[in-house]
Amino acid sequence: MSAITREEVAHLARLSRLALGEDELDHFAGQLDQIITAVARVSEVATADVPPTSHPLPVTNVLRDDDVRPGLTAEQALSGAPASEQQRFRVPRILEEEA
Amino acid sequence: MSTTNLVPFEEALTRYDPVLGMETHVELGTATKMFCPCPTGFGAEPNTQVCPVCLGLPGSLPVTNRAAVESAIRVGLALHCEIAAWGRFARKNYFYPDMPKDYQISQYDEPLCVDGYLDVEVEGRTIRVEIERVHMEEDTGKSLHVGGATGRIHGADHSLVDYNRAGIPLIEIVTRPITGTGELAPQVARAYATELRDLVRSLGVSDVRMEEGSMRFDVNVSIAPPGAEWGKRTETKNVNSLRSIERAVRSEVERQAGVLDAGEKVTQETRHFQENTGTTAAGRSKEEAQDYRYFPEPDLVPLAPSREWVEELRGTLPEPPADRRKRLQNDWGVSDFEMTSMRNAGAVDLVEATIAAGAPPADARKWWMGELARRGNELGTPLDELGVTPADVARVVELVAEGSLNDKLARQVLDGVLAGEGTPDTVVEARGLQIVRDSGELDTVIDQVIADNAAVAEKIRGGKTAAVGALVGGVMKATRGQADAGRAKELILEKLGVSG
Amino acid sequence: MSDLTRRTAAELADDLRAGAVSAEEVARAHLDRIAAVDGKVSAFLHVDEENTLAQARAVDTRRAAGEELGPLAGVPLALKDVFTTADMPTTVGSKILEGWRPPYDSTITERLRAAGVVILGKTNMDEFAMGSSTEHSAYGPTHNPWDLTRIPGGSSGGSSAAVAAYEAPLSLGTDTGGSIRQPASVCGIVGVKPTYGGSSRFGVVAFASSLDTPGPFARTVLDAALLHETISGHDPRDSTSIDQPVPPVVAAARQADVSGLRVGVIREFDGEGSQPGVLSRVHETVEVLESLGAKVVEVSCPHFTYALSAYYLIAPSEASSNLARFDAMRYGLRVGDDGTHSAEEVMALTRAAGFGPEVKRRIMLGTYALSSGYYDAYYGSAQKVRTLVARDFATAYEQVDVLVAPTTPTTAFPIGERVDDPMAMYLADLYTIPSNLVGNASMSLPCGLAEEDGLPVGFQIMAPTLADDRVYRVGAALEAALNERRGHALLEEAPSL
Repeated sequence: MSAITREEVAHLARLSRLALGEDELDHFAGQLDQIITAVARVSEVATADVPPTSHPLPVTNVLRDDDVRPGLTAEQALSGAPASEQQRFRVPRILEEEA
Repeated sequence: MSTTNLVPFEEALTRYDPVLGMETHVELGTATKMFCPCPTGFGAEPNTQVCPVCLGLPGSLPVTNRAAVESAIRVGLALHCEIAAWGRFARKNYFYPDMPKDYQISQYDEPLCVDGYLDVEVEGRTIRVEIERVHMEEDTGKSLHVGGATGRIHGADHSLVDYNRAGIPLIEIVTRPITGTGELAPQVARAYATELRDLVRSLGVSDVRMEEGSMRFDVNVSIAPPGAEWGKRTETKNVNSLRSIERAVRSEVERQAGVLDAGEKVTQETRHFQENTGTTAAGRSKEEAQDYRYFPEPDLVPLAPSREWVEELRGTLPEPPADRRKRLQNDWGVSDFEMTSMRNAGAVDLVEATIAAGAPPADARKWWMGELARRGNELGTPLDELGVTPADVARVVELVAEGSLNDKLARQVLDGVLAGEGTPDTVVEARGLQIVRDSGELDTVIDQVIADNAAVAEKIRGGKTAAVGALVGGVMKATRGQADAGRAKELILEKLGVSG
Repeated sequence: MSDLTRRTAAELADDLRAGAVSAEEVARAHLDRIAAVDGKVSAFLHVDEENTLAQARAVDTRRAAGEELGPLAGVPLALKDVFTTADMPTTVGSKILEGWRPPYDSTITERLRAAGVVILGKTNMDEFAMGSSTEHSAYGPTHNPWDLTRIPGGSSGGSSAAVAAYEAPLSLGTDTGGSIRQPASVCGIVGVKPTYGGSSRFGVVAFASSLDTPGPFARTVLDAALLHETISGHDPRDSTSIDQPVPPVVAAARQADVSGLRVGVIREFDGEGSQPGVLSRVHETVEVLESLGAKVVEVSCPHFTYALSAYYLIAPSEASSNLARFDAMRYGLRVGDDGTHSAEEVMALTRAAGFGPEVKRRIMLGTYALSSGYYDAYYGSAQKVRTLVARDFATAYEQVDVLVAPTTPTTAFPIGERVDDPMAMYLADLYTIPSNLVGNASMSLPCGLAEEDGLPVGFQIMAPTLADDRVYRVGAALEAALNERRGHALLEEAPSL
């Protein structure tokens, strides 16, 4: 049995905002299935008594003082924009409401 | 979609119990953003308060603002929360054009503050609202929708994004479900929002201006028949005034009762409050369920507030607003009703400061809740933005008390202050607003008035002392209001040989 | 004068200090070399002669004015195209950032400039640093100077090839799962992954935040140490940057002494997983260490065999989130903005067109590992393996000072061999990943040529967090001993281009 179905891959593509073609979906479905099957072996040793590690270094409380520093000008900020208007980033119409 | 009938609120309450939940976002008033040193001022030119970090440029990294963490801890402490000894920020992943990184740095299963409460009073009842958590996160940019109708997202041709707001520190305060409030539910929601606003304001961590979006409420409502399992809840987003909160709860109860009465099920969804109708409308439903794929933010290290740090912050907490109100009410000798009026008008702090500047409580209250409240209403300006300071009001009260001004002149002085002409003393000087008390000058005017009104004077001599008012009026007119009316009356009666 | 491009960074620095040569002459010599050979190697994505010469002249001016300059002032360097540069494009090997000019310099770029290091240009890489061959670059593959039909390793393959081809004496890369050490290994040069947090990530376009570590490539251990010190040290703009003194790596490289040092050979990485010619060179090198007075023992790290799986869950998970920002809204490529598509559609069309297949695979893999219902089994379990690998390291370091293993199981493989076989490609990282998972310092040192194909083999030296100096001490001692046996540096056996 496969670890991941083609439908799941299509769902992942939508979640990741990748407009994939049918061929690509087929191709990736096979490869992802192979990879996921292989990496699933982590669960063999990941028992309940082992705490997870998210950061390689045991450091805490790295904080910055609340002092203003100069950032970018609007011109610099917009320098890489695909489109801009009225000193703002111009983006295509937005369909979905904000989360 | 079927349109359901609304069930009148009182009737709905006979069949259903409401359960409330409140989620409140507060923009913290730090000088810089949550994770970068950009300024946070409201109303700057678009995209001028940005840097690689808050624009989400490739390669940029966040560094947490200490002041924001301290503000969040202070809010948590003021809400009687436990402060977590260790916690991590998490990434909430979803794509949206006004979110520069397409994930929001937030806190997920390890919030900074948990398990608190806030007591609110409604119709003499104290209701304890339990706080589930207070966590920190960053704000998004702002979109301007161009083309289509009136700046709405739907039907727009394209949008323009300004990232000045992106990265401004937010705290989110989440209540546990609030049950058992029955018909008081709308008022409880409002009272909670009011109390929370006052509490946050008293801490000085935010300007809590709902109209500028620095405090935003999402209101969760569900209803169910008494004793039954809780119903499906709706979340009404961005309800942006205290009155709207009350209306949103009421209208959701009415709408959901209609749905249930029709034998249908309430859909768990996001709704939007419509200011013009006082009702809520369904948001656009998403094609697919959201999956935010939270995971610990690897660009930040964990937050582990030491006990010493937390206790130090606890030491900075001001007197809780509810305690303070009780104390002031007692000191000032005002009724519950008067106190509530002052609070609703945003006058409590101003009255207190005016008293501190030397005015008697009754006078301080009279001016702020009378003349100045009227001006504020006319101009649509909050009292604290009128441009009159408590010191100004205290000085006016003082001038009246020493007899230099009467109420009418005092109003003219305040006019001058409101018009930006300076302090009360400057206005008195510049406009020449002094009560005429000098007997010599007043004598001349009175003689003239008696001469001009011989018939009235005769009546008074004949014992109709009540008619003296007409002569006093004449004196006041002749002196353009600057005479001391009491003194004028005495002098007139004296001259006419009648004792007062 | 002898060919300036054949000299080490330390030698060039001495000559520059002595006034025997100008920074401009050194830069010119390297630009000429690039012009001569990069058509075959394709190490660079961007070279700007005028800019480079201007930087060199500025250093000469500063030196003439008597300014105190860093030890590498005037020495040229090739910069992986993952570091932001305000005066050059930064593409990360991706079409989605084609032509992007960042409005800011990375911390490391700033430090290089302050030190007077002359940046020759930006080097090719696997797109977003995902890969072990540089074939996943949107701008075509880089070729291994030892054999142009073979891969130079990856993801920092442009930087390793540039140094191996004498186009630059120094280069910088980033190592997330082996992306410095593996290319160093297959190109026959020195590559170091510093302790995580030892070199700033600010302005390094992120692949996997908890693993990414910038570090040096060089032809000698001393050169690597000089560059390591130049770029290292606390950066308040990177919350994960270590606020402690930089380990004394240059002194350690000069000390080059291993007598009494305890060396652990990792049993799990000493077997059939490797090409025989790789294993025999590694075994010989361990014997050299013993002959130099080191005490060698075998240690067991049983969970290291799970490290690869854990890595291929953690790195894609972080990447799926880090790469979300490439959404066509603020910078980079935008596809489909013709008035018929919504922002959501433009995002999906752009990402489908702008990302290559390996990046898409990893984004989907990471999205899967983090999604609700799978998080605990995949991402959560992988983070637990990380704990287990850390425990294995801790136990091993109770017995030994450094651990050794092959850098990568094979020598350079032919271009095209694994490009659409992700599982085979991922195996190249098998031995390098454990250090990344726990943040340890680690070096790949050239130790000889494999008998079966005559291609370079890398010897990996690992040390605990913040003990970076140890890998330099061992590396320098071995380098001297191996060069003495051979009679010359290994790279001199590479064919001329």
